[in-house]
Amino acid sequence: MSELTMRVWRGDPEGGAFTDYPMPAVEGEVVLDVIHRIQAGPAPDLACRWNCKAGKCGSCSAEINGVPRLMCMTRMDELPTEEPVVVAPMRTFPVIRDLVTDVSFNYEVARRIPPFTPGPPPPGGYRMKQQDVERGQEFRKCIECFMCQDVCHVIRDHEENKTAFAGPRFFIRLMELDSHPLDEEDRREFTRHDAGLGYCNITKCCTEVCPEHIRITDNGIIPMKERVIDTAYDPVVWLGRKIVRRGARRPASTAGTAGEQPAAEESATA
Amino acid sequence: MPEYESHEYDVIVIGAGGAGLRAAIEAKERGLRTALVCKSLLGKAHTVMAEGGAAAAMGNVWPEDNWQVHFRDTMRGGKLLNNWRMAQLHAQEAPDRIYELERWGALFDRTADGRILQRDFGGHRYARLAHVGDRTGLEMIRTLQQRAVALDVDVYMECKVLRLLKDAEGRVSGAIAYWRASGDYVEFRAKAVVVATGSVGKSWLYTSNSWESTGDGHAMALWAGADVIDMECIQFHPTGMVWPLSVRGILVTEGVRGDGGVLRNSEGARFMFDYIPAMFAAETADSEAEADRWYEDHLHNRRPPELLPRDEVARSINSEVKAGRGGPHGGVFLDIASRRSAEYIRRRLPSMYHQFKELAGVDITAEPMEVGPTCHYIMGGIRVDADTEATTVPGLFAAGEVAAGLHGANRLGGNSLSDLLVFGRRAGMAAADFAEGRSGAPSPEAGDVERALSDAEAPFGREGGESPYDLHQSLQRTMQALVGIIRTESELVEALEELDELDDRATRVSVTGGRVYNPGWNLATDLPSMLTVSRLVAKGALERRESRGGHTRDDYPKADPELGKVNFVQRLGSGGEFTIAPEPLPEMPPELQRLLEEEHS
Repeated sequence: MSELTMRVWRGDPEGGAFTDYPMPAVEGEVVLDVIHRIQAGPAPDLACRWNCKAGKCGSCSAEINGVPRLMCMTRMDELPTEEPVVVAPMRTFPVIRDLVTDVSFNYEVARRIPPFTPGPPPPGGYRMKQQDVERGQEFRKCIECFMCQDVCHVIRDHEENKTAFAGPRFFIRLMELDSHPLDEEDRREFTRHDAGLGYCNITKCCTEVCPEHIRITDNGIIPMKERVIDTAYDPVVWLGRKIVRRGARRPASTAGTAGEQPAAEESATA
Repeated sequence: MPEYESHEYDVIVIGAGGAGLRAAIEAKERGLRTALVCKSLLGKAHTVMAEGGAAAAMGNVWPEDNWQVHFRDTMRGGKLLNNWRMAQLHAQEAPDRIYELERWGALFDRTADGRILQRDFGGHRYARLAHVGDRTGLEMIRTLQQRAVALDVDVYMECKVLRLLKDAEGRVSGAIAYWRASGDYVEFRAKAVVVATGSVGKSWLYTSNSWESTGDGHAMALWAGADVIDMECIQFHPTGMVWPLSVRGILVTEGVRGDGGVLRNSEGARFMFDYIPAMFAAETADSEAEADRWYEDHLHNRRPPELLPRDEVARSINSEVKAGRGGPHGGVFLDIASRRSAEYIRRRLPSMYHQFKELAGVDITAEPMEVGPTCHYIMGGIRVDADTEATTVPGLFAAGEVAAGLHGANRLGGNSLSDLLVFGRRAGMAAADFAEGRSGAPSPEAGDVERALSDAEAPFGREGGESPYDLHQSLQRTMQALVGIIRTESELVEALEELDELDDRATRVSVTGGRVYNPGWNLATDLPSMLTVSRLVAKGALERRESRGGHTRDDYPKADPELGKVNFVQRLGSGGEFTIAPEPLPEMPPELQRLLEEEHS
């Protein structure tokens, strides 16, 4: 049986180093399988996160040969095994131990986003067209692996930006809410000011690493930038477009005073 | 004894899958101090893997559908071992729970007139599953997660509960846990506790379940004095991946068959026509032509046999493989490529396409998938009151997969996600009621905490003992070989003997390293639950001398009408031993009984 070498980062917040684990190669395995074999053998305390092992939960993100990937969806036979396979934790987040990082930053940002706020249901319930839900569905495929956050230069190289920048995962969350046929909250000022959308300079690194192939930049960030800029510089133009597109929406500051016409009705009959 | 932090709440919910989230939302909306405690990060629980959809008789695709038909399908699918009242509540309330998710932001696939689209699934008379492609679980967990966050529920992530705590009067009053990230201990004091910890599949070698499914809730409830019932009723999902070995057991959604996929053996035959049981003969097509017409016209044709309930399909696959008509890796072939266009397959089953392409190198739009049964779901579990999800211990509630009753001896696909919503909400309501009615601060007995901590610490004090990984693998091999899809007395007796040995080995488990995010230690703390649950399953399987739903006995191949009237109830005896006895099922009122007898076509 052929051998391969896994070069795994071991350490904690104080520091660490790569350790080599020579392992027999097994047909059909993914990186996570080999990590599990290391745990069951030479390193029982090797820390890593995982859950579904099928690319659906987004727990096992790591940097494999320098690229953020899900360990459960990276087949060993697609990696060059004449060299050691290098597995390191996501660099943007503080290390807890070995491959496990503290991703609480993401959960804190999630708590700050103004929640989904639908209008009242019309008689007979909400109606939405398939084509109208598909825009949001693309973003709701997100499995929160946080690899887009990991690879984003704005926070990867500048820890200090984390207080002012939500990151790609949350720009698509904001875009998803903005394009939701039933939502009536206006999050443009939040997106501009609190979420720091302007920091993004569209290098598309986030899109490249997305395991769900969400077009984060093209379908999420760029349209969101256009909407925010329209607001910042020409609210009348923005409002005009919005009304034509989907009926009136109320800004957060005047919630409850406008928007009586349910947004869904127009989109259902459009 | 190590130090620990302490937090007080009105309601704590253990487990953050669909049921736990829904319960926490309910308690929090009532204004109670509510905490959600989960072993993984929020949003990663096993619900996220559910694919096909949530069953609810909304009648959006077939107006003929209603709760009575859904009730009937659920009861028949469960081989009538179900708690009738749970099946009734579930069928009646599921549509409201789906519409509620929509109000919270879920984006389900739509019908042409803009309503929630529903898909066909096994055992359901009408297309009934609200869905989002084949990632419905993700949509559900994200919607509930975002709702819980909006309500500001306190969430304790990566926090593993070791034991439930009771007060001097025997009421459940909290739980003791540890943080995975630090290894530090934490006590929760609570007036009511909801257990929503999901499944037990990690005791088997080939399972669709994630590492979390170690039966913690089943075991903790039993240790706290609760009854568990029908633990022998385990669902082996007919279609798990079989190759490569490293992905063996990963789920292939029933949606493949609901959307037109068929099962073939190595001779290319649609073998399911040879396995139509008498109970379903009247509603199952007996020719390929009729089966194929059914997709377009449910009213004048009968369902394809590939969409029989899961227990039937899993047993049939097992028989075909045993008869030598299996594929190269011990499965059979699931073929949608020859029946639907590549575009349709990619649109309806995007995750399946992705999963096979990336993990097995198989293009499901061009070639069949090889599949076989995988340990998927436990129908048995904690005994609860149908309306309140109260267990037999005051202050303790249970909802979702960890609770028993709704699904009887076999669960229909799609009934799980709606189960989580309907009974998660009810458990949250009842726990809130209980907490509001309870005066004084919860005061767990200190002795319970001390025992739990000393058990958890013990593996650090041993040197050169058993590896928790080795012990886990031994357990998986035992359960896979001896308490699998087809069971027999001699093997079950052997399994119980092996479990005695494994219990003995468990007292010698040792771990290396510290407490900070140490997976070896984490596994060591999961093993007591896994061993407890495995014993409950083996004992139940030995005691139920018949074949019914997910429980198949080679030595008792037929259903026994007398045993169909009883639950096998297990509890902890006064000497710490497990006792088991049959107790009669709750009696169904005549008007519901009549629904089962009526033929609807």
